[in-house]
Formats: sequence, C-alpha cells, structure tokens
Amino acid sequence: MVNLINSIFRKLFSQPETRCYPFKKRELPEGTRGRIDIEIDKCTFCGACEKRCPADALKVSRDPKSWTINPYSCIICGYCIEVCPKKCIVAIKEHYNPNTL
Amino acid sequence: MIRRNTIPFGPQHPVLPEPIQLRLVMENEKIVEALPVVGYVHRGLEKIAEKKDYIQDVYLAERICGICSFIHSQNYCQGIEELMKVQVPDRAKYLRVIWAETHRIHSHLLILGLVADAFGFENLFMRLWKVREQILDIMEATTGARVILGVCAIGGVKRDIPPALAEEVLRKLDDVERQLPELCDSLLKDYSVKQRLVGVGVLPKDKAYELGAVGPVARASGLRMDLRETGYAAYGDLDFKMVVEESGDCYARTAVRVKELFTSLDLVRKAIKRMPQGPISVPVRGAPPADEVLARIEQPRGELNFYIRGNGTRNLERFRVRTPTFANLPALLHQLTGCELADVPVIAICIDPCISCTER
Amino acid sequence: MLENVSTITIESIPTEVWKLKQDGYRFVTMTCCDESAVHDVLYHFDKNYQRKHLRVKIPKGTALPSVAGIFFAALLVENEMQDLMGVTVSGLPIDFKGRFLLAEGAPTAPLNKSVPGLGIQVQVKAPAAAEGTVKS
Repeated sequence: MVNLINSIFRKLFSQPETRCYPFKKRELPEGTRGRIDIEIDKCTFCGACEKRCPADALKVSRDPKSWTINPYSCIICGYCIEVCPKKCIVAIKEHYNPNTL
Repeated sequence: MIRRNTIPFGPQHPVLPEPIQLRLVMENEKIVEALPVVGYVHRGLEKIAEKKDYIQDVYLAERICGICSFIHSQNYCQGIEELMKVQVPDRAKYLRVIWAETHRIHSHLLILGLVADAFGFENLFMRLWKVREQILDIMEATTGARVILGVCAIGGVKRDIPPALAEEVLRKLDDVERQLPELCDSLLKDYSVKQRLVGVGVLPKDKAYELGAVGPVARASGLRMDLRETGYAAYGDLDFKMVVEESGDCYARTAVRVKELFTSLDLVRKAIKRMPQGPISVPVRGAPPADEVLARIEQPRGELNFYIRGNGTRNLERFRVRTPTFANLPALLHQLTGCELADVPVIAICIDPCISCTER
Repeated sequence: MLENVSTITIESIPTEVWKLKQDGYRFVTMTCCDESAVHDVLYHFDKNYQRKHLRVKIPKGTALPSVAGIFFAALLVENEMQDLMGVTVSGLPIDFKGRFLLAEGAPTAPLNKSVPGLGIQVQVKAPAAAEGTVKS
C-alpha cells in the first residue's frame, strides 16, 4: 500500500513519458543507417553493386549513364557500401520521406 | 450428459503476437484435446536461400525472425566458418557476445510485457516496454539499426565499439538495472499475479525431456539444458551460470526469464571490460563450402539448429532451419489437455511463441 | 563435418530409433535433401550435448515408416516433410495430408529442384463454401 502511494505522488508531479511528436523530433545517433545515397561524380558505373544486392533494388547502366535505386525494395543492409570499389555509396542519417518519393 | 464442442482459439486473438490457430475440443469447460493449425505466415524461406548466393544468405538469415534476428545471423556465420575453416579473431567473438546478450535482454523484456498483458495488467506491460526502449537505443548507437542489426559477417563483425561509446553503454545499463527490481517484484511477489500463474500448465520433468522441450520451458521443469555451456564464441571465458527452477508451471517459466535478465546484464559488463584489442574481421578466401554441418546456438527461446549443405558452387544445396518454438509445440499440446478455458491464453503465451520463426 | 553418422536401411528405422530412445537420446529434428533419383533423409538426436545422426536414402515414391509412435515430437516434422518435399509417410497418428503448411492452389512439393521457385504466379483459391464473396 505504501508503495502505491509513493508511486502515485511521484508520477503526479513529473513530466509525461511521451514526447510531442511533430513539434519535437527524436535525435538520431551518429552512424544510423537511414537511407542509401550516392556521390554520382565518383561513380564509374561498373555494376558491382547491382550484382550483389540481395533485394535486386539497384539498376546501373553504362550507355546512358544512370544509377537508380528502388526505395520500396531496398532493405538498407549495407552490402553495396562494402563492395563498391570507389567507395562512393554512403548511408545517411535521415529516413526515406514518403511525401517526396 | 457430457457434450463435446470444438472452439477455435486464434488465428486473431488479442494475446497472440502472431497468427496460429489451436482447435480446442472441450467437454463442459475442460479441454480434452488440442490440434494446431499453422500456415498463415509461410514465406518459403528455404527455397529463396537456394537461389541467392551464400554471402547474401547472411542478410536472409537475419530476417527469419524480428525479435531474435542477430542470433540467427550469428549461427549462420558460425556454420559457414566451420565449413570453410575460418578462424574468427578474439575481439570479434567478444563483440558478438555483447550484441547477442543485448538481444536476449530485449527479447525477455518483450515477452514479460506480453505475459503481463495476457492477464490484464496493462500498466506493467507499458513500463517493461519503456525499459526495452532504452536497450533499443543502445543497439542503435552501436550498430546503426534498432531491430535488424546487419552487423554480423562471415569472418567477424563489421563495426567496432570504441572506448568512449563503451563507457556510454555501461552507463545506460546501470540506468536499466536501477529500474528493474521494482518491476520484477510486481511480477514475482504480487498476490493476484501468483493466483493466475502458480499451478497453471504443469509440465513434469520426464515428459519435458521426452517431448523435446527446449529453452526456458525445459529449464523451468528441472532439466539442465543450455548451449552456452559448450563455450562457443567467448562464453568459455566469461563464467556463465545457468538458471534452473523445479516446479514446471507458468510461474517457474516467468521466474527463469526474470533471473536470466540479470545474468545477461552481468555477461555484457564482463565482456566489455575483458575485451582484447585486435582486428575485428579476417578476409575470407578460398572455394565456396562443399560439405554438410549442423550448427546450433542458444536463442532466447531455446536451441536453434541450422543444417547447411554446400556443393562447391556459390549457391547452397540445402539450408534447413529448426527453431525452438517448433520443438515446444508438442509440449504446449500436452499442457493444454485437462486445463480450463480461461487459462488457455496464459499457457499459450508462456512458452514464448514466435510463429514467423516456426513457419519460415 | 557431421560426426557420428551411421547409414541404415528403411526396414531397420523403427528398431534403430527404439534403441536410441532406450539409450536416453532425445529427438532434435529430421532433414530431407533432394538428390535427383533419391531423397536423402537424416535423423538428428542429442544426449548431453553429444549428437548422433542416422542417414537413409529412399528412392522417390517409396513410403517412409513414421516414428511418431516412438517420439511424439516427430509428428509435426513428418507432416512438414510431406508438404514440402512430397515424401509419403505411412502410419501417422494425425495426418494433415499435405495441408499442414501450404494452402490450396500452392505448387506441390515446392522444395524439390524441379520446381523453379522464383517467378511463378500462384493463385490461392478460397474453399468452395465461401466462393461468392471472394474477389480474385
């Protein structure tokens, strides 16, 4: 019974546990894998990332030079980041935004 | 006159995290027989594993289950390393132990919250999951993702924990350990909770061994079975102690999981302090695997077995998964005979069902 | 490498498994691989962390005797093998007849090498009683 009264007083005069979402966003720690992006100037369009992707989400072509990623298939595993010989694919901290896809 | 009815429990039920149907044959309020009907989340994972090559299968093995995903990928990497005769460096073994034990803490907090929700104590469910959020923050700070980590690789691990980050992890674990005793006392010493859990779903010791029960279900019936004793991946240096209870009912299973929380916190602290310096992975060279192996590991729910067979090409010949919930299902069917209808949700959730693992 | 493997014949399966049960082993699982003319079935047992395996090669089309009368835990594994690999198991106490994991309209025995796997279109049909309200 004493525990219950202690608990009630503590929770009555403290902050709420939840945060006011669209006005206060959560801080993501460094190194979070949010989405995959490329520095297109360094890319040589060799196609190594397209062969290794487990979810078949990348399309690379040499003739009209292009590199596209399908964000609905990408599972953000990071395998393409490892195999790229020029190290031009990075994982950045913000997540895919459904409004701008 | 005694009438028999058949009542379907599930596939949608507020207490079940995943869909499974149990057909209960009842006489007048007592259950006489139970039949499982599965197949609602079958994904054909073993067939996909033969189409992708053996390095892409690491990412596939992680996604068998969402709650215990790092341990599936660790077991797959350990099996392939045994086939290709690769020696993992010591620092990588200690890092794997740290992430595996953190996964075990978050999985036990999840199921204890669901057990509290099953008999109506929603406030305790919310407070246990709030503690679990702090563990997920630790995983995001060290690996980059909250649930599916993507950090285990053949030959080691992909990321390191520098000393500054290790200090922060130790501080957060102290914070977690300060909040746990009050919540565990509400689960184990409260009068109304004991009325719902003691004496419900009793599984005697010889029946548990014969039916093939594994994990906390077996350890709560008195069987000393825990694969971490065999000493894979740095557990041999960390003085691991097993938790065993005797009575075999739902209260004993909850008590085993609560005590394992404190054992895992201890193991993580020892591993951070004793971790040696060195490389975190070795490069893997040579021909693809061409033999068969049965790899096993201790998952939060029990013993996990992978059978891997390669044929010398980059695609595997056969990848077979046997998860601990599949082995605990016959024990569940035995416990349900002879109990009352109101006890069925508590018994079904106390074996820790993970149906997406079971049906792959 | 698998150690402690012994190869046996189909007729001696019940006697060998009964001997292992008297010895104190517990049942872990069964595995089946598709080699082109035979199915390669493996039984795995365990006692005090020591493992033992039994290997049987059966030609396609022959029936496998069930061990569910000796180890009740083998019941669900044998039903799953019937669904996914097309092996017939005789003498099961509870037989799901090929509908343990797969729905109606799924390809039969999908884990065999002859079924292509990716890229086939599957239409799952509802059972006949509810046809009026289902849209395809």
